[in-house]
Amino acid sequence: MPPIISRGFRGRRDDAPSDRVPPGQYVTRDFPVLSAGPTPHRQLEQWDFSIGGEVDEPRRWTWEQFRALPSEEVTVDIHCVTKWSKLDTVWQGVSVDTLLDGVETAAEYVVSFCDGGYTTNLPLDDVTGGKAWVAFAYDGEPLEPEHGGPARMLVPHLYFWKSAKWVRGLRLSATDEPGFWEVNGYHNYGDPWQEQRYWGD
Amino acid sequence: MTWRVAEVVKVVPETPRVKTIAFDVPGWPGHRAGQHVDVRLTAEDGYQAQRSYSIASVPDGTRVDLTIERLQDGEVSPYLTDELRPGDRIELRGPVGGWFVWEPAQGGPLLLVAGGSGVVPLMAMIRARTAAGSNADTRLLFSSRSWEDVIYRDELERLRGDGLTVVHTLTRSQPSGWTGYARRVDAEMLAEVGPSPTELPRVYVCGPTPYVEAVAEALVQLGHEPHRVKTERFGPTGG
Repeated sequence: MPPIISRGFRGRRDDAPSDRVPPGQYVTRDFPVLSAGPTPHRQLEQWDFSIGGEVDEPRRWTWEQFRALPSEEVTVDIHCVTKWSKLDTVWQGVSVDTLLDGVETAAEYVVSFCDGGYTTNLPLDDVTGGKAWVAFAYDGEPLEPEHGGPARMLVPHLYFWKSAKWVRGLRLSATDEPGFWEVNGYHNYGDPWQEQRYWGD
Repeated sequence: MTWRVAEVVKVVPETPRVKTIAFDVPGWPGHRAGQHVDVRLTAEDGYQAQRSYSIASVPDGTRVDLTIERLQDGEVSPYLTDELRPGDRIELRGPVGGWFVWEPAQGGPLLLVAGGSGVVPLMAMIRARTAAGSNADTRLLFSSRSWEDVIYRDELERLRGDGLTVVHTLTRSQPSGWTGYARRVDAEMLAEVGPSPTELPRVYVCGPTPYVEAVAEALVQLGHEPHRVKTERFGPTGG
């Protein structure tokens, strides 16, 4: 079906290069907040990050141990399924490769789990190989609670609901277990360049 | 999910900045109260823009009503509210979302907390409740800038009763003789409007981000369990 032309619609063209803005997205300079419930507030003394599930040996870091791990500054474009994209966002975080270094597993999937009960599922290949971080700072400042602080996943090549806020760990699994939005109508994989927003896309 | 052609059947002004646009959407599969749609506009040269809007109406054949606030610097909402006339066609797909939804069979008590056009998905719930003949204990606490800015004002007046309580707060200006709330929603107001956390209400909060953050925080402080508080936020953050 050819698209319906909207009489008199001009639109506001972004000056952003089109190879950086996926289909159906618009560029924002704000940083909108999308969450399904109240913002959790976790004290750093009560925070830890764990790797569990189908691994040879579970791992756990306190906040202090986690922050002592080598971290990277990354500048990436992010894309929210609600249509906004934000270019050149600057984060600091620990690469998931660092967290999984030396972990023996036959798992092919991970579930990010979080304070507040949120979960989201990803293929293991999508969080390894320099593609994902556990981020603790945004724009040079500690990550604010409403944006997922103290730490959130950063998986910028997928829609941003895959970058779980308030993340507390990764559970590795041989099977794919759809997470919170994935059972509530949203696409299981979420590639913004394929516009995989919803079930059936 | 496929794009469908939606034809405008009616445009109804709700407030100076808000209009309801009723569409006929052949093939519409039905929806649940609280769900939203994606709207797509295409310019003559092929440029496209998409936005999401909550559905305001109850399931009724191929009819889908959207209530849209005109954002001053918006790309899509001024077109929808200023340009669309009956007979115009746009593209739309949905329904989307399986979390921020309520069906009459789930019952009450319900606490609905709205800020401005955040009332739209909550109105869909209230209308679904009425359509089902439900008398579930339902409280709507609705924050608007002024009496003129209250979306669905007359309909809410008509629907109240039979277990539905509607409480307004007007944050910027109030009509003379106003005896209702005249401040931002806070914990004290939420406690007064109720229901109490011990009654385990299902709570739905929708509005601009800072509003939803403040309300959700206050609800948790009052003792509502976080997992019973469903939120939907829109607009930019304060920072």
